[in-house]
Amino acid sequence: MPTAISVQSLRKSYGSFEALRGVDLEIDRGEVFSLLGPNGAGKTTFVEVLEGYRARTAGDARVLDADPGSAGSAWKARIGIVPQSTTLFDELTVREIVTHFAGFYPAPLNPARAISMVGLDEKADARCGKLSGGQKRRVDLALGMIGDPELLFLDEPTTGLDPEGRRQLWGIVREFAALGKTVLLTTHYLDEAEALSDRVGIIDRGALVALGPPATVGGRDRERSIIRFGLRGPLATTTLPEISGELTHEGQRVVISTVHPAATLRVLLAWADECGEPELPALTVSRPSLEDVYLTLIAHDGTPGEGA
Amino acid sequence: MAFNVASASPSLPAGAARAGRPSVLRLGLSRVAIELKVYFRNVEMMFFTFLLPILFLFIFASVFSGDINAGPGVKVNFTNYFLPGIIASGVMSATFASLAISIAIEQHEGMLKRLAGTPLPKASYFIGKLGLAVVVTLAQTAIMLVAAILLYGVELPAGPHRWAVFLSVLVLSAATGAVLGIAYTRLVPNAKSAPAIIQPPFLILQFISGVFFRYGEIPGWLQAIASIFPLKWMSLGFRYAFLPDSFGEFEYGADWGWERPILVLTAWLVAGFVLALLFFRWDRQRE
Repeated sequence: MPTAISVQSLRKSYGSFEALRGVDLEIDRGEVFSLLGPNGAGKTTFVEVLEGYRARTAGDARVLDADPGSAGSAWKARIGIVPQSTTLFDELTVREIVTHFAGFYPAPLNPARAISMVGLDEKADARCGKLSGGQKRRVDLALGMIGDPELLFLDEPTTGLDPEGRRQLWGIVREFAALGKTVLLTTHYLDEAEALSDRVGIIDRGALVALGPPATVGGRDRERSIIRFGLRGPLATTTLPEISGELTHEGQRVVISTVHPAATLRVLLAWADECGEPELPALTVSRPSLEDVYLTLIAHDGTPGEGA
Repeated sequence: MAFNVASASPSLPAGAARAGRPSVLRLGLSRVAIELKVYFRNVEMMFFTFLLPILFLFIFASVFSGDINAGPGVKVNFTNYFLPGIIASGVMSATFASLAISIAIEQHEGMLKRLAGTPLPKASYFIGKLGLAVVVTLAQTAIMLVAAILLYGVELPAGPHRWAVFLSVLVLSAATGAVLGIAYTRLVPNAKSAPAIIQPPFLILQFISGVFFRYGEIPGWLQAIASIFPLKWMSLGFRYAFLPDSFGEFEYGADWGWERPILVLTAWLVAGFVLALLFFRWDRQRE
């Protein structure tokens, strides 16, 4: 599959501060990619180099087969940007600003349809200055998509949205991606990255420390699962079977940490059956969440991040 | 690089799809239209840079009455005398002050960055700002002239030569004010302080450039300072256009020297253009 974004050894310094310390990344066309990382990790610098706003200090970057540092307006017509800031022209109505921006592009979406897509039909003739934060964010999204771009940059798109608004925005992004378009998203919300992306990259102190599908990133699939259940009736008085993994007790609950959760459950269920209990009471099986993996990866213990 | 954006990928229904790329000029005109909408809907901006100079005309005409004499049998009323200065001050408001304030805010709050991320050519953005300055200047000057003629019996420039000087100085002043406004944004540290950084120097210039006082009554050293800046020359050019010939004796060297405002303003226009190119920034949010 052709690449949308290709970055090698990308560096960006501000004076003596290294905001990006050699990033390598390939994003395929049609991929939805999320960039995660704490504030100040270099997310926005990275994205702004790819958007053409900032010059890189060293390394190579190609975005839609062009160098973002020197690409012209024909290239800008093929990308869409939803920036972090939400400042609009307060005096203009939603319809006016979306229609105005549509005029910049050779083959834009129909402005009324773009407004409809982001759910602002009822506010189309309201001045931007009168909109709520969440409504302004939807205008940002409409402006980013109005040129019908091949590649969409979304910088923290759902910050300031209520849960319903976030879900709606996710729907719009999915619809957009389903057309074979590419999305590069930065976010603080791990559930958002997990819900939307084909792959995630975790960036910390200017370096990419993990890269992969949300289900496996950072060795998440190889991490131990946790099985919890309660002891009651005959279970409380019968010896537990032999299982692989670590077993601890939390009061009347058993906690098993294992790399083979399915095999372990099979043994436990057979044991419960023998005891005459058809169920393991209050059973839960959990894998480490993306958040657990993320927090482990960016845990600063004085050693520099890996993968630089 | 591929230009066939429309066919490059499966598209969402593109109802308003057009072939080809929009031209710099057409986009510039669409910027002018949107700039005018923003300007006339922004009550504060409209009041301070459009209505206030017009109000000054009414206040001056009401406060000062009587005539100014220049030689035997030659006299004009105060309103007639101050109209040229008030027009000059209005041009500076509509161009320098309004562009410096609006562009500084757009730089610091990210609107310009947003535009820079689209295919909008930079030239079209500037066409929009210059178009705004020209339309606002013409509207403001026309309103002042009509009011001065109908209400205060002010006389229009006498003869084609004075008309030619009036229109030349008007166009040069608007263009100079606009480029200097763009350059001046560099001195504005953040969006909130924009009016405070821009209005005081402009106000002082108005006092020493012959807008509020007769230029001949201002101390020589202040005249010398005023002579460095364009507002004095705008006022002088407009005075030549509107006042009887004998008023030239109040000017420097007791002579109109109508060519000098045109030369000085042309020099300022060139200098301002270079400064604007050097100082303008698309994004100053993080400074």
